[in-house]
Amino acid sequence: MRNIWTIAKREYDNYFNGPLAYVVAFAILFPLGIYFALIMYFSAQSAGMGGPAPESAPINWLFVFLMIFLSPALTMRLLSDEARMGTLELLLTAPLRDFELVAGKWLGAFMFVLSLAAITLVFPIIMNNYVDPGIDWRVMISSYIGLILVCSALLGLGVGISAIFTNQFAAFFTTLGLFFFLWFMISLPAGILQQGGDVFNYLSLSTHFSQSMNSGTINLGDIVYYVSLTALGLFVGSTAIEIRRWR
Amino acid sequence: MIKVSGLTKDYGARRAISNLNFDAQQGEIVGFLGPNGAGKTTTLRILTGYMPPTDGEAIVAGYDVVEESIEVRKRVGYLPETVPLYTDMVVFDYLKFMGELRRIPNVADRVDEVLDMVGLLDRAEGYIGNLSKGMRQRVGLAQALLHRPEVLILDEPTIGLDPGQVVEVRELIREIGKERTVLLSTHLLNEAQNICDRVLIINQGKIVAEDTTENLQARLIGAERVIIRVRGEADELAKTILQVKGVQGVETKPDGAVEFEFSSGKDLRPEVAKKVIGSGYDLLELRPLGMSLEEIFLELTGTDKKK
Repeated sequence: MRNIWTIAKREYDNYFNGPLAYVVAFAILFPLGIYFALIMYFSAQSAGMGGPAPESAPINWLFVFLMIFLSPALTMRLLSDEARMGTLELLLTAPLRDFELVAGKWLGAFMFVLSLAAITLVFPIIMNNYVDPGIDWRVMISSYIGLILVCSALLGLGVGISAIFTNQFAAFFTTLGLFFFLWFMISLPAGILQQGGDVFNYLSLSTHFSQSMNSGTINLGDIVYYVSLTALGLFVGSTAIEIRRWR
Repeated sequence: MIKVSGLTKDYGARRAISNLNFDAQQGEIVGFLGPNGAGKTTTLRILTGYMPPTDGEAIVAGYDVVEESIEVRKRVGYLPETVPLYTDMVVFDYLKFMGELRRIPNVADRVDEVLDMVGLLDRAEGYIGNLSKGMRQRVGLAQALLHRPEVLILDEPTIGLDPGQVVEVRELIREIGKERTVLLSTHLLNEAQNICDRVLIINQGKIVAEDTTENLQARLIGAERVIIRVRGEADELAKTILQVKGVQGVETKPDGAVEFEFSSGKDLRPEVAKKVIGSGYDLLELRPLGMSLEEIFLELTGTDKKK
């Protein structure tokens, strides 16, 4: 466990050595801020006519949606760059298990995304001050749990793919392609098939978040889905590293 | 400390090393000498637990490199040939990170200590990317020494260093080799002679010779060959040299130099020099001819075939 933490800490700090962390933070927080302002503006206008109170859940939806495009940039170089620079040789001859290395890389990226998510907490808090009797905290907490779980899965898969490649851009586009497929396309057969379409809905990255967690209901199935994807990503990563050793 | 038996590694269809057997004791510096592509790096990588062998067994510091890889890695310090480093990290932070992975108590103090050993204390706060090749090599060495490893494995430790640094690094290795086991690879014959107690010569994945440095030299050369150059006619000089007792194999070279040899154990150079100067020549050069690595391989593989 300590090895995982050591790797994660270095990776977290490393994000801030280059422009990447700031670019990603800006690309997420700026649209979110605008969206928040729009929500506040229009709900203030409609409030006079008995419109609904503003909710923070749509902001989290946008966060997750942007992560589909931005998280591949966070994970692309985590292991591929180690292989390219040769530093993987150092890590693989240090006393840590392949899984600890992969999990540490994932945790570093995850902590970075958690930091961003923590910043977005200002939106519901501000919103709460303007709404009487306050926002629905149950929905808000469920939404954040969902957000954290989705990001965990995205980053897990991203790290796993990064371990396969030596070129970070190959890792980026493969990851992006996979997320597109899992977010937009995998549930399409559900609309066509007479029976059994639920399976495809279950496999979709978006349904668990958009249709349940982000509206205040958490099912065990949702949690299992995202945790399994994270584990799958880390498993693929560890296996890819082990295959590298044998080559 | 290191015991290797029947070690074999295939990369696809190509056999990188085949059936290597050797060992190294504590307090011994063993050199792995061979041309590029001989299988040195492959062997060292197996011993550090980086990759498993196709066949055979290697015990390092009492643990099997495949079965107890983590235990081996805890006890081995390794400097890879390419000296991979995080160029965007500060020297101190990098060493601290590697030290934390190795669970070193009081990491910061130990990092300072090791940086002092390799003479980089004044660059501790600099970025690795801004260091020269020689300095990076020393950062790599510092990383290998951090955890006071029982076994130190160095892949071409002096490559890319300037002559002054080469001397320093060699001294450092010799110092470490007094208590620990050091296995280093090199393609420089004089480096192997300089630092190592024992040399393994490897060619095309096979060990072609294994002996102490002195024995190997004696075995290889048998006779000492010397080149001499004077102002004047080479043919005349050759005749003069032949008059010295014990001189054999005199040969004139097209560029006006003369080569001769004498059986090792009796250095005839002073006598030859006296004779040459006594005969009125201006002596320009008199030096023993070192054998190049290529010649050694020819010699070794040649004698092997005769057996």
